[in-house]
Amino acid sequence: MDWTILIYKTIFLFIILFVTLLVAMYSTYGERKVAAFMQDRRGPNRAGPFGLFQPLADGVKMFMKEEIIPLTANKKLFILGPSIAMTTALLTGVVIPWGATLKIGGREFSMQIADLNIGILYVFAMVSIGVYGIMIGGWASNNKYALYGAIRAASQMISYELAMGMSIVALILTTGSLSLHEIVEQQQGMHWNIFYQPLGFLIFLTCAFAETNRAPFDLPECETELIGGYHTEYSSMKLGFYLFAEYINMFVSSAVIATLYFGGYNMPFIDQLGLSPNTVTLLGTAFFFLKIFGMIFLFMWIRWTLPRFRYDQLMNLGWKGLIPLAIFNIFVTGVYYFFTELT
Amino acid sequence: MIFLFYMLSAIMIISALLVVFSKNPVNSVIYLIVCFLAMAGHYILLNAQFLAVVHIIVYTGAIMVLFLFVIMLLNLNKAIIPQKSRVTRISAVITGGIFFLVLLAATRQTFEIHARYPFRGDIGLVSEVGNTLFHEFLLPFEMSSVLFISAMVGAIMFGKKDA
Repeated sequence: MDWTILIYKTIFLFIILFVTLLVAMYSTYGERKVAAFMQDRRGPNRAGPFGLFQPLADGVKMFMKEEIIPLTANKKLFILGPSIAMTTALLTGVVIPWGATLKIGGREFSMQIADLNIGILYVFAMVSIGVYGIMIGGWASNNKYALYGAIRAASQMISYELAMGMSIVALILTTGSLSLHEIVEQQQGMHWNIFYQPLGFLIFLTCAFAETNRAPFDLPECETELIGGYHTEYSSMKLGFYLFAEYINMFVSSAVIATLYFGGYNMPFIDQLGLSPNTVTLLGTAFFFLKIFGMIFLFMWIRWTLPRFRYDQLMNLGWKGLIPLAIFNIFVTGVYYFFTELT
Repeated sequence: MIFLFYMLSAIMIISALLVVFSKNPVNSVIYLIVCFLAMAGHYILLNAQFLAVVHIIVYTGAIMVLFLFVIMLLNLNKAIIPQKSRVTRISAVITGGIFFLVLLAATRQTFEIHARYPFRGDIGLVSEVGNTLFHEFLLPFEMSSVLFISAMVGAIMFGKKDA
């Protein structure tokens, strides 16, 4: 391991961390603006021009609020909950290829922190650990509404993880690789996976909504039934961590969807423009972020359009709708590749 | 590397002991999760990334969530340990000791196996695991999946009251 790579990776890691936090911060602003637009309101417009400093003000407010740990709560686990939620949310960004390679001083630097050969499974593992943040936090609050929220979150996430995993299996059959970098490289030009796996994409998207606890799957924090859901007892920055982790998850899952199904940092027709490789790389990264923002907008759009599911509807959709559909998708993909590889 | 190995081993042993000794079942489950994560770390030290991640997904992400789920639902907040009779306790110690002997004997065998099949760096990577499973061990693999199916069908049969 030589030092330039090590230093580069460290700097890049901090840049990604910073960008993730920044995007998550401005997603809260974006969400309120989108909601306002859909409901014919103005949204935040007091702090700074167009209300742009609103996230900063919210952050300061979160830090200044009184910190309450309920007397009957399990103190250690009460603190552990939001920490897990935040950590696992941030860990996923490590394997996402944010861009192609940059050439600086005759050396190539990959714009990906770790090119694991099992990148997709790593994302999946982090998602499956993420549920502990909610479960432990909800249980440690020692509040029945929080417990209900935690239990709902756990059962929902387990149910939708299955369908999500199966939609990924079909995708792996098409790509033949588990490495996110290779999957992106295969989608050059307009060979985006969404054209090869439209059904898989829809299943994955639905499951991504369920895994991030976003509407219409936000039953764990359903206000009308559960007060605040799993974070009922939380206050101050611990509550902030939970809310923030949701936005980070939304950003990261948008990035994963863009990587898997929309060609990642690939831009159509970019090779024909005759630009220098570094410019192409940077443009690709910008285009990747454009795709991510599009996905985030889709998340918000759906949240403010569709009403919440009922709990039995949620379970029916997961177990009786998505899982058989995902199995069917695997079957069709398998049969297709079996016959095309034979001839 | 060797430092990481000892650190992970220490974490694993301590958390495994805490699983047994902690009074609160929820704490036990959380220590078991820590233990499994440390085990995944060991896999990564062996360059078995695929095994490590699958271990996390299956054990940490699915099975332990179900454990935690059941414990939370049953609200096993306080430790309820019924006092067992002396005979039960003594027989438990004896069976535990015998099991330990068996484990010890099995571990001794690994030295010979290790000598026969030297360690390869790529053994835990996904393509290698897949090739081994689907070429060398295809029949046992398929048999175990049939076993899983029968277990699932059995569970559904138990779940259905008027079947």
